Amino acid sequence: MLSDITIGQFFPGDTFLHRLDPRTKLIALIFLMVAIFVFHTFGVYTALTVFTLALVFASKVPFGMILRSLKPLLWILLFTFFIHVFSTPGESLLHLWRFDATLEGIERGAFISLRLILLIVLASLLTFTTSPLKLTDAMEALLSPLKRFGVPAHELAMMMTIALRFVPTLIEETDRIMKAQESRGADFSEGSLMARIRAVIPVLVPLFLSAFRRADDLALAMEARCYHGGEGRTQMKALSFHRLDGLAFVFTALFLIILTISSGQLGGVLWG
Amino acid sequence: MAIVLQDVSYTYMANTPLERQALSGISAVIQEGSFTAIAGHTGSGKSTLLQHLNGLIHPTSGQVLMDEVNLQGKGKAERRRAKAAARQVGMVFQYPEQQLFEETVEKDIAFGPRNLGLSEEEIEERVQSAMELMHLDYKAFKDVSPFALSGGQMRRVAIAGVLALRPKYLVLDEPTAGLDPRGRRKLTETITRLHREEHVTIIFVSHNMDDIVRLADRVLVLAHGKLLAYAPPQEVFQDSRILEEAGLQPPEAFKLADELRQAGFDIPAHAMLEEDIVSSILRLYRQGR
Ligand SMILES: Nc1ncnc2c1ncn2[C@@H]1O[C@H](COP(=O)(O)OP(=O)(O)O)[C@@H](O)[C@H]1O
Ligand SMILES: [Mg+2]
Repeated sequence: MLSDITIGQFFPGDTFLHRLDPRTKLIALIFLMVAIFVFHTFGVYTALTVFTLALVFASKVPFGMILRSLKPLLWILLFTFFIHVFSTPGESLLHLWRFDATLEGIERGAFISLRLILLIVLASLLTFTTSPLKLTDAMEALLSPLKRFGVPAHELAMMMTIALRFVPTLIEETDRIMKAQESRGADFSEGSLMARIRAVIPVLVPLFLSAFRRADDLALAMEARCYHGGEGRTQMKALSFHRLDGLAFVFTALFLIILTISSGQLGGVLWG
Repeated sequence: MAIVLQDVSYTYMANTPLERQALSGISAVIQEGSFTAIAGHTGSGKSTLLQHLNGLIHPTSGQVLMDEVNLQGKGKAERRRAKAAARQVGMVFQYPEQQLFEETVEKDIAFGPRNLGLSEEEIEERVQSAMELMHLDYKAFKDVSPFALSGGQMRRVAIAGVLALRPKYLVLDEPTAGLDPRGRRKLTETITRLHREEHVTIIFVSHNMDDIVRLADRVLVLAHGKLLAYAPPQEVFQDSRILEEAGLQPPEAFKLADELRQAGFDIPAHAMLEEDIVSSILRLYRQGR
């Protein structure tokens, strides 16, 4: 169960997606996400889906891993889908108590779910093909113009780095503590809702204690090595744009421009 | 009665690019009443093997039988039987003090028995006897917060929490890691007494070869997830090939005995502990005089 969590997991590789500068990927992702939100036509969604699948294929990340990144959000997806199926006005297909399932609802639910799936898949592609360190470097680089307005870009990036670094550690730790309490007869899978909530206390208390201990140790270790924030700090592997990045920018821009132009003609139905 | 491992293999994160075979084809029988040590380099699969013994994880292939009951039950009735069988194995994880969570020592130790659904009198009785076994004075410690104790005491409380389940088998993963020499000796003595007087079958992981020779009647050596040897420690440590392959250091006294032997002194092959070597040297000295 805990091994289903794939956030922040990185799959080392040597595809062009891995080689792109993380800033390129982050900017492209932001634009693609905006596109997913802005456009609503059938044609554009087909194009975006094909584009996403092509990227997945190019990244050589196993398809199973991509599906796994969707798994924790399965309930949200289903919930969103059914809310739309039953709340969109239109021709009734099925009457349940006070609600009607409509054809329009199914269509709309499917689109909204697809939108969510595309967002998740694209975002996880970024983390699958970019090491956490590079990702936070990119965040810091992109946020640094905002430093002038008091945005603590370096600190935010450092917090991200540390948080990402400790996700697997904490998952491992949770797993170990759960097993230890299970060995003492704790049961996490059975009983009433209240019983299950009570069952997490023996896991949460040790988990928090160990997280605080780790945070303390880390702070001490950073201070011992003279960490004093971002000022004057240089990087061992500074980010740099290459020709590949230029190509990627041009390609993404072209793709988005074509989408914009064609969205009026290809699709047909435009919903608000 | 015994725990039987039949061709046990285990793969972490199977069918992902991160998959990692931690155990391959382990077969062994751990007899009730025995004192078994598990040795091996870090990452050799010791902790993974231990977790099979009380059904926390199930083999990817092969099976684990506890008194002929498969710990991986299929179907509801079998699963219940498997669970009951696994209850006979108490599991002390590495750094067990990190699993403490209650406000008082008494409540924490009572967590296990309470999960078994025992009566309050029975729970209290078990807490008292478990604390006694671990050398924790009931009156003095029962209302103390476990987090106010020293590292060694916390570990005793944690082990008492497992003993309160009254297991027939006690599995300990590096029980003395991180303790000072005194704490280590005291805990080793306590474990020995549990075996001798309470007749608890002990299975423990240790990196201390002296402890293994002194305590265990058999040692199971793992290397890269494979079973390298499963025999009395004296036998295993005489075979330098096994030690080398497993990346283990022989007991200190054993190394001295080896050097003395090479210098032409007559030291018997089974002499591995400090006291054996000392008496051999004394014997030689007296003969020489
Ligand atoms: N939860 C886990 N997920 C993935 N791999 C693991 C996990 N636990 C252990 N491993 C891997 O399995 C192998 C055996 O680990 P372990 O049983 O902990 O060895 P030991 O206790 O002998 O140090 C190691 O290579 C380790 O990296
Ligand atoms: Mg281990």
